[in-house]
Amino acid sequence: MIRFEPRTNPSAIMVYGIPVMAAIIAILLAAIPLALAGAPIIKAYGLMISGAFGSMFSISEMLTRATPLILTGLAAAIAFRAKLWNIGAEGQLYMGSMAAVAIGSGVIDGPSYIMIPVVLIAGAVAGAVMLIGPTLLKTRLGVDEVVTTLLLNFIVILFVQMMLEGVLKDPMSMGWPQSEPVIDSAVLPPLIERMRVHLGLVIALTCAVALAIFVKRTVWGFEIRAVGENAAAARFSGISVTKTMVLVAMLSGGLAGLAGVSEVAGTRGYLATDLSPGYGYAGIVVAMLARLSPVGVIISAVFVASVFVGADSMSRAIGVSSYLADLIVAMSLLCVLIGGFLTRFKVRFEHQKSAG
Amino acid sequence: MSSAANPSLKTSRQLLLQLAAITKKFGPLIANDAIDLDLHKGEIVALLGENGAGKTTLMNILFGHYVADAGTVMVAGADGILAPLEPGAPQAALDAGIGMVHQHFALAENLSGLDNIVLGTEPIFRLRRDRTKARTKLAKLMAGSGLNVDLNQPVHKLTVGEKQRIEILKALYRDARLLVLDEPTAVLTPQEADSLFATLRQLAATGLSVIIIAHKLAEVLAVSHRIAVLRGGKKVGEMATDQADRRSIAELMVGRDVPVSRRSERAPGKPVIALRDVTIDRGDARRSLHGVNLMAREGEILGIAGVSGNGQAALAQLIAGLDRPDIGSVEIFGEKVTKFDAHQFAQNGIARIPEDRHHDGMVGSMTVAENIAIEDVRSRDYQKFGFLDFEAIRKRAEHAIVDYDVRCPGPDAPARLLSGGNIQKLILARVLEKSPKLILANQPSRGLDVGAQSEVHRRLLEAREGGAAVILISEDLDELLTLSDQIAVIHAGHVSAAIAAHDIDRSELGLMMAGQKKTDENTPRSGDPA
Repeated sequence: MIRFEPRTNPSAIMVYGIPVMAAIIAILLAAIPLALAGAPIIKAYGLMISGAFGSMFSISEMLTRATPLILTGLAAAIAFRAKLWNIGAEGQLYMGSMAAVAIGSGVIDGPSYIMIPVVLIAGAVAGAVMLIGPTLLKTRLGVDEVVTTLLLNFIVILFVQMMLEGVLKDPMSMGWPQSEPVIDSAVLPPLIERMRVHLGLVIALTCAVALAIFVKRTVWGFEIRAVGENAAAARFSGISVTKTMVLVAMLSGGLAGLAGVSEVAGTRGYLATDLSPGYGYAGIVVAMLARLSPVGVIISAVFVASVFVGADSMSRAIGVSSYLADLIVAMSLLCVLIGGFLTRFKVRFEHQKSAG
Repeated sequence: MSSAANPSLKTSRQLLLQLAAITKKFGPLIANDAIDLDLHKGEIVALLGENGAGKTTLMNILFGHYVADAGTVMVAGADGILAPLEPGAPQAALDAGIGMVHQHFALAENLSGLDNIVLGTEPIFRLRRDRTKARTKLAKLMAGSGLNVDLNQPVHKLTVGEKQRIEILKALYRDARLLVLDEPTAVLTPQEADSLFATLRQLAATGLSVIIIAHKLAEVLAVSHRIAVLRGGKKVGEMATDQADRRSIAELMVGRDVPVSRRSERAPGKPVIALRDVTIDRGDARRSLHGVNLMAREGEILGIAGVSGNGQAALAQLIAGLDRPDIGSVEIFGEKVTKFDAHQFAQNGIARIPEDRHHDGMVGSMTVAENIAIEDVRSRDYQKFGFLDFEAIRKRAEHAIVDYDVRCPGPDAPARLLSGGNIQKLILARVLEKSPKLILANQPSRGLDVGAQSEVHRRLLEAREGGAAVILISEDLDELLTLSDQIAVIHAGHVSAAIAAHDIDRSELGLMMAGQKKTDENTPRSGDPA
């Protein structure tokens, strides 16, 4: 018989060790589909590692992939901390990128030190606005934000498509539905010459550290934690739950919007409907792997990005499907969820004696 | 309690349960230290003790949730011969006819009472559901015990007392011979508690044995045949109820003199809060008030008596700043309140002690220090430019832990590790530290042990001495009568005129609480400014 006993105070080793263990177990479990595909397992792991870390180029690619994941991971982490279940980071990302393109592709021009902050702010505001509506519907009318934010994703993507076929369409694109390119002064410059990794990474890292300090050390962070952990007690003590939720919505939506700016002004240069391969959803996985810790998001985003980039290059080299990457990420999420359960409960196996 | 009111045990002295030298250690903590306890057929034994005395551990061993380090549990079989109960096997305990009613009910709210009772006793795979047998059995049980409840209603529509009856029926349906009730009256109104006791008496007369875990002395004296007192893991006393007296039991429980709360005579000062014709209509009787007039003055404790669910919640929400009147007005310190805002109320010197301290009183995952400062983090004392001043927050917590005797691992420990009594002390430290002018105490000692209860009472009286007005909402008449200067009765959203506590006739109060007498006379009392 198996019994679960709640743990009152999980140790630090468990809290930090379990996500790491989960990631390792998930990677090891990838051996099973690799073997089923008939691939040489040891060689495949080697190729995966070299694909993500083997050269300056691969590290740059990995970090380019990690950049939007850090931002959407932070967006999910801060929202989930307050129990605001924002599943709409994907839509907020697209709104952010669209705002950046609308302002940053020639409407106004100026030096980089003005243009870059302007597109960043425009994207963040657009993302934030996207989440305020569902949040007010939640706090005022009790509308489930999981449903509203999720459905808004599809609306936003269709809206972006419409705009790309219409006013935002680049006349020089030879009919492709894509926007005019972001002007040079608004482009996030690469950090290393001839590599793709760009200023967005620095912005993402800064956001992570700032958010960690904000949550831990400020009055607003205190109120967010209180509302997230026990909204009834927070309300009783005089904290406005609605105001706190709106603040969280602006932070979360804003961070997702920044991910869009970073992709459009840093990685891609123009907006198209395939800008994000689901970074908004992957951000949820990143945040869960990090156990909603902002600094942890950096680590888990790097992990998820290296799995994607590594598995991509491995699958190209030995000819297995690149869906393997999705599989590893999904398995590590499952492992973390199981691990999270194990930090809260002790499992006891008992030998079943013949019942008397 | 005389033996006349407490009919002596007439059943045969057949031993049903024998716990012998039960010892259980958790690391260095000895939760149970060689505890012996016997229980006869048809006997009601009260297991008394403060929080942490080892009552729950002992019951968990009986149920096989824990395995004792030493000692044996013997249960009489159908033939009346004692046999050892397999340790660590909950199923064995169930098979032996041991049933438990927890303080927090384990019922599926959306299912009917009948569903809840038969749940788990029916085979999973069956072609059709035939419950006539179950119904007949339950009808017999209900007739024999007075546990009447509509079995067809979904559980969420039942009152707390009715839910408890379902829980007891559930145990009896499974042929329990021994029923363990954990703090059964903590959630009941006085009337429901009385009816529960009558039922238990009736069941005991038919041969059921009962263990009641409790810390309210009066109730234990009323219902049990025998009392066993635990303290610090040891059994420190055991006596027949008709030979017990309240004071000596209380001392046994806490191991020291329990200070008796006494009110000094004190002339009340100026009005602090006045409600004028306040009506709040939320459609639900529990959350509505109708034309309420009420006033509390400096240095005065105004008790609000009433059966739970008669509008106390609405009154408390209003005074806590969480709700506003639909009609009528509230004056605090002589000024009409225009903005009902919990934060504003707290900052203006209103101390608010919530009814449900776990749910509304603390954020479990935040630290003790953060929970103490939670109402004041926006004040200059605890933040600079929006950044928390952890030094100041910690310092306040360190003082509070000493001054209010909050037992916890330290200011940085998560608050969820605290026991109920210590959570209440934490809340007192949070709200009383600022020398409030008005205190709203909503069920401040419910579910607390004797020691913590007397601490809460002492603090409230101290605040009254200091000139604060206290509004004490309670269902415990003893508490109201010892502490209050004036008592008003709330019934169905109507609040009676306040009566000086020493003029009050207990039975009349009972009638008013039951709605037998008009409570909405609203005759202005002497000294009430027109």
